Amino acid sequence: MKRAIEAYCLGIESTADDFGVGISNFKGDIIANASSSYIPEEGGIHPREAARHHAEAADEVLNEALTKAEVKPRDLNIVAFSQGPGLGPCLRTGATVARALSSYLNIPLVGVNHSIAHIEIGKLTTGAHDPVTLYVSGGNTMVTAYDCGRYRVFGETLDIALGNCLDVFAREAGLKHKKGTPLGAAIEQLATKGDKLIPLPYVVKGMDISLSGLLTAATTALNKGKCRLEDLCYSLQEHAFSMVTEVTERALAHTEKREVLLTGGVAANRRLQAMIAVIAEEHGALFKTVPKEFATDNGAMIAWTGVLAYTNGIVTPLENSYAKLRWRIEKADVPWLK
Amino acid sequence: MAEVASQTLIKKGAEARLYLAEWHGRKVIVKMRFPKKYRPSELDEQIRVYRTTHESQLMHEAKLAGVPTPTIFLVDISKAAITMEFIEGNQVKQLLDKISTEERKKLCIKLGELIGKLHGQGVIHGDLTTSNMILNADDKVFLVDFGLGEKSIELEAKGVDLHLMKRALQSTHYKFAEECFQNVIDGYSKVRGAEETTKVLEKIKQIERRGRYVAERREEE
Repeated sequence: MKRAIEAYCLGIESTADDFGVGISNFKGDIIANASSSYIPEEGGIHPREAARHHAEAADEVLNEALTKAEVKPRDLNIVAFSQGPGLGPCLRTGATVARALSSYLNIPLVGVNHSIAHIEIGKLTTGAHDPVTLYVSGGNTMVTAYDCGRYRVFGETLDIALGNCLDVFAREAGLKHKKGTPLGAAIEQLATKGDKLIPLPYVVKGMDISLSGLLTAATTALNKGKCRLEDLCYSLQEHAFSMVTEVTERALAHTEKREVLLTGGVAANRRLQAMIAVIAEEHGALFKTVPKEFATDNGAMIAWTGVLAYTNGIVTPLENSYAKLRWRIEKADVPWLK
Repeated sequence: MAEVASQTLIKKGAEARLYLAEWHGRKVIVKMRFPKKYRPSELDEQIRVYRTTHESQLMHEAKLAGVPTPTIFLVDISKAAITMEFIEGNQVKQLLDKISTEERKKLCIKLGELIGKLHGQGVIHGDLTTSNMILNADDKVFLVDFGLGEKSIELEAKGVDLHLMKRALQSTHYKFAEECFQNVIDGYSKVRGAEETTKVLEKIKQIERRGRYVAERREEE
């Protein structure tokens, strides 16, 4: 009976290839986190095809989450959705599902910034309070920390995202998408068997990095066929990870925060974790990595961030619930932080 | 390092440690790049040696352009260490939010002029943040930390350099970021001329559009 008086938020994530539904209560217990991934037959994510997958999967994933949580739709208090940044067709599909639920159940709608959700779920699950966050995924690569009312970006990629760089290289190398294992994991696996460091571009510009030249050089070396794939994977990882680690260390030295949080899909990579752990230790900061199930895009992070936003006065009226494709992290209000 | 006595660590940055020391009766800064344990040693050494040599060369080039930089006394490649003049003064980072609007304007125009002079000489600083600028008692601004710099006359490099300045202002001095950057551009324009400045500004826009999820990209849609 106790649970009947509990308040719940259902969160919908659909920025890219994952459609996720999570349910969190207002105290921050994640009671469901269901998802379904679009796997392209070849190449990268086709936004329209991904959106079609999300529309088809929505019903099943919603049911799975509600069943797992043992919560009836009528027991929900708010619906949160990932409003951006991300791929337009995918975002719009998630927003449509969220709007439908909100108006059918007559409960408030809360638009959540996807990047902030990655940080908030990281804080919730690791106990971090005020970290420097390295957020690395297929679509994002940034070093961010809270300062004066906003999450500020201290460094970011000037071109492609880290996960994107690894994925494209993996596809060039003919590595295949296996169900449940991202392409990055295949590179990580091969890299452990590499030991020869092949010189590749290392581009740090101030606090920002550039990865496109590295990808081109690695791909060129691959196509020449003179290097072992294992050595190339190793070298690609060592260069790319050293670059993001360097800018994270700079942000850590600059902000003098006491915690470093690693989040996003690439956070699952052990080599990257090890590198960040080294700089955290050097600066006397605690190192935290988000658990794997919350590292990739997921609905739970949207649900929890929805709770934070709603309980601090944020509601998204229907007319403002359009997809914000390029909603930068520092443009989003975070009234729950002081 | 045998000639340098009595070192005191004054700053432990992410990349290097700065020691205040005495060298032949002068107050000097010894900048040492220590090995980074997180990256493979071959890569690490290559980066540290590259940055140490280039930093020294660029600081000299900057002087030729009329941009004050600390004078270099000694470069020790094996230790990735540079011994240079100690500049008494305050970091612009500490000052910018505290001074009057008028002073801030003057200072930012001066920064823009210095960046313009650097670019005119084909020197790209590579890390234009307000903590790398020191104002001394004679109202002279010194640029330090050329470790990420390069020699280039490409519009792209100049654009990225100024874009970094803009980003640094936005992250550290967000209250005044816009006016400050405008003043920096005004100073830059004084040195480089309106035509070149317009080109660089165009380039900056292009660079910003290249990033992911930036509002500037909307213009294309």
